[in-house]
Amino acid sequence: MAAPSAQAHAAHDEHPYGWRRWLFSTNHKDIGTMYLIFALIAGIVGGLLSMAMRAELMEPGMQYFGNPEVFNVFVTGHGLIMVFFMVMPSTMGGFGNWMVPLMIGAPDMAFPRMNNISFWLIVAAFCLLVTSLFMPGAPGANGAGSGWTVYAPLSTKGIPGPAMDFAILALHVAGASSILGAINFITTIFNMRAPGMTLHKMPLFVWSVLVTAFLLLLSLPVLAGALTMLITDRNFGTAFFDSAHGGDPLLWQHLFWFFGHPEVYILIVPGFGIVSQIVSTFSRKPIFGYLGMAYAMVAIGVIGFVVWAHHMYAAGISVNTQAYFVFATMVIAVPTGIKIFSWIATMWGGSLRFDTPMLWAIGFIFLFTVGGVTGVVLSNAGVDRSFHDTYYVVAHFHYTMSIGAVFSIFGAWYYWFPKMWGYMYNETLGKLHFWLMFIGANLTFFPQHFLGLAGMPRRYADYPDAFAGWNMVSSIGSYIGFAGVLVFLFGIYYAFSRKIHAPANPWGVGATTLEWQVPSPAPFHTYETLPRIK
Amino acid sequence: MAIFDRRLMLVAAGAMFASGPALAGMGQPSPWQMGFQEAGSPIMEQITAFHTYVNVIIVLIALFVLGLLVYVMVRFNEKRNPEPSRTTHNTMLEVVWTVVPVLILVAIAIPSFRLLFAQYDFPKADLTVTATGSQWFWTYEYPDQGITFASIMVQDADLKPGQPRLLTADHNLVVPVNKNVIVQLKSNDVIHDWAVPSFGVKLDAVPGRLQKTWFRAEKTGMFYGQCSELCGRNHAFMPIAVQVVTEDEFNDWVAKQKASASFDATGKVAAAH
Repeated sequence: MAAPSAQAHAAHDEHPYGWRRWLFSTNHKDIGTMYLIFALIAGIVGGLLSMAMRAELMEPGMQYFGNPEVFNVFVTGHGLIMVFFMVMPSTMGGFGNWMVPLMIGAPDMAFPRMNNISFWLIVAAFCLLVTSLFMPGAPGANGAGSGWTVYAPLSTKGIPGPAMDFAILALHVAGASSILGAINFITTIFNMRAPGMTLHKMPLFVWSVLVTAFLLLLSLPVLAGALTMLITDRNFGTAFFDSAHGGDPLLWQHLFWFFGHPEVYILIVPGFGIVSQIVSTFSRKPIFGYLGMAYAMVAIGVIGFVVWAHHMYAAGISVNTQAYFVFATMVIAVPTGIKIFSWIATMWGGSLRFDTPMLWAIGFIFLFTVGGVTGVVLSNAGVDRSFHDTYYVVAHFHYTMSIGAVFSIFGAWYYWFPKMWGYMYNETLGKLHFWLMFIGANLTFFPQHFLGLAGMPRRYADYPDAFAGWNMVSSIGSYIGFAGVLVFLFGIYYAFSRKIHAPANPWGVGATTLEWQVPSPAPFHTYETLPRIK
Repeated sequence: MAIFDRRLMLVAAGAMFASGPALAGMGQPSPWQMGFQEAGSPIMEQITAFHTYVNVIIVLIALFVLGLLVYVMVRFNEKRNPEPSRTTHNTMLEVVWTVVPVLILVAIAIPSFRLLFAQYDFPKADLTVTATGSQWFWTYEYPDQGITFASIMVQDADLKPGQPRLLTADHNLVVPVNKNVIVQLKSNDVIHDWAVPSFGVKLDAVPGRLQKTWFRAEKTGMFYGQCSELCGRNHAFMPIAVQVVTEDEFNDWVAKQKASASFDATGKVAAAH
C-alpha cells in the first residue's frame, strides 16, 4: 500500500482546548480515547462486582452478602456492565473509532456529531445502570436481580421497584447509542474508503467492525422493542409477557435471544479482526485465506441470527424446534474452525515475534478454541438437558467472552498503544500482565466445567458443600486474574511516566496496514490528502 | 493471614477426601467431582454415554489445535525461520478444514438427535405428579392418589446427620423404582426450573403453562436437584428432593398420606406458611 505523503499530516492540530475538546468532540480519535477510558472505568466496576461474587463463593455458606438478592444484583450488574459497558465500548467504540478511519484512509467518521452523541449516550446509560444498583428492586433489596437476561415475569412482577425500570432504561439508551454507532460505521466503511481501498482490500479488523455493525443494526431494534413491551407491562398494564392476560413469558425469551445471540457475536467478532491484524503483523506474513476469513465472519454473523433458541432448550419448546436449533447451531462451528485454522496457517511458515500483543493473540486462539468446542457440546439439546443453567455454561461463555473478547481487547491495547498514545509500553509489564491473566482466567474458569458437570446451578449465592473444592480454586484464580488487572493499570502509569517515544511503525515490516504509516501518536487530523492504495 | 491458612487447610482436606472412596452416594454431588453424577435413569445413562463420546472428540480437537500452535511457535519463530514465506492460499487445505469439521459434526449430530428424541419419547405413565414452583419452594401433587404437600428446604440448624445442606427438603417427592413417572410442571409466580441431575431431567416451570417431562428411576435412594432458573432472592434455597422407594414401600407411603390429616389436599400448603 502506498504511503500517504508526510505533508498530509502537517500540524493541523488546532482544536478546542479544555473540557470543550472532549464534551463537544467530533474527532474520531478523541471519541475513541473517551470510549477506551469509559470502558476501563466500567470494566473496573464490573470486575470488582465479580471479585465480590468470587469472594462470597470461595466457601460454602453466606459470608459477605447478607441478602442473597444482593448477590443476584451483583450477578446482573456484572453481566450488564461487562457486556454493554466494557466489551462493546472498547472494541467498537474505542478501537473501532480509533482505527477504522485510519485503516481505510478516511479523515474521520462519516457522522462526527452522531459519533459524539453515541459516546455521551453510553455514559448516560451507565449512570442509569449504576443508579439502578441503589434503587429499591425486589422487596427488601436494592438493585435489579433479574440477571442480564431480564426474564419475565421475574423482571415484571418479581422485581416491582424502580431499580428494574432504571436498568431497562439503561439498556434502552445503551442500545440507541450502539445503533447510532453502527450506522456511523456502516456509512463510513461503505463510503469513505480511500481511492483504491476496495472492500476486498480492507484490513480484517475493518471487516470485523462492518459485520459487527450490521449485527448491532439488526438485533438491537428487536431488543428495544422487547424492552419497550417490558416497560409497558411493568408500568402501563399491558400483558405481553403475562400468560394470565393473553401474553407469554416465552415471548420475552424469544425476543431477548433473537437479540442476545447476535449480541455474543457482537462481543467476539471485533476480536477476530484484532487477532487477525496481530497474528499477521507478528508473523511477518499476510493473512492466510483472506477472503475465507472475511466471509467466515459474514457467515458467523448471518447464522448467528437463526440459532437463538439454543438458549431455551430447557424452556419447554417442542422437540422439533429443538432439533432445528441443534442443527443450525452446529453449523456455526464450521466458519469458526476456518478462522482458527487460518490463523494457524498464517503463522505457519512465518517469522514469529512474541511481543506482548502476539501473546494475547495466541492465548486467544487456544482459549477461544476451548470455549468453542464446549459450545459444540452445548449445542446438543440432549446433553444441554444436563448443562443448561449450570456452571458448565458459565465456563463456556467466559472462555469465549471473558477470555476470548478480553484477551483480544488487551491484545489490541498493546498493539495500538504506541499508535494511540505515542509512547511504548513496557514489555516486561505487558508480559507479566498476560501471564497473570492467562493463569488466573484458566484457574478461574476451567474448574467451573467440573462444577457444571457435577450439577452446580449458576447464579447461586450459596451451594451444597460438595462443590466447595473447585469453587475455592476458581476464586483463587480470579484473584490472580485481578492481580493481572493491577499490573495492567500500573503498566499504563509506567508508560505514561517514562514517555519512551514510539516510532510510526514499531512492529516492522509485518505491520502493513495504513495506520502504521501515520506518525505516532496519530495526529489530531489525518489524511487531509487522501492516500491512494495501489 | 490466619484465615487464608484455614482456607488452604480446607482445600487440602478436600483433596484427601477426594482421593479416598467417594463417600457421597449417588443422587448428589461429591467433593472434587469432575464428571456427571452417577446415572439413576436410562436417559441419564444415554446422556452420559453421549457426553463421553463428544468429550473425547472435543478434547482431541483442542489438543490438536494446541499441538499446532506449539509447533508453529517452536518451528517458525524469528530465530529458526528469519525469512517468512509468502504463502497465502492452499485450496486443498482450505477445502479439508471445511469438510472435515462438517463430517465431525455429522458424527456428533446423529447420536445427538437419537438422544434428543429419546428424551421426548414419553412412555406410558405409571405415576403422574405435578410440581408447582413458587417463590421459593415446590408443591407436589399426586392427582391420582389425591395427595398434595409442599416441599421446603430444611434450614442448616435443623439438619439431621447425613442430610446434605441446601439439598434436604422437609418432605420428599416419593416415587416407586422402575416406574415411569410423568412430572407436570407449573408455576405460581416467576419461572422456576425442576431439575434432577441423576435423572437427566431439567425443565422450566413457566407461569400459565403446563409442561411435562418424565423419568424412570432405576435405583432406590435419595436423588437431589436444585432450582435451575433464576427466580429471585432464594433461588439457591428451593431444592428438589426425590426419594425413590420400592413399589410396596410406595403403596404404604400413599396409604399413610391418605390417612394423615396433615397431608390433606389443601391443608399442608396453607400450613407451610
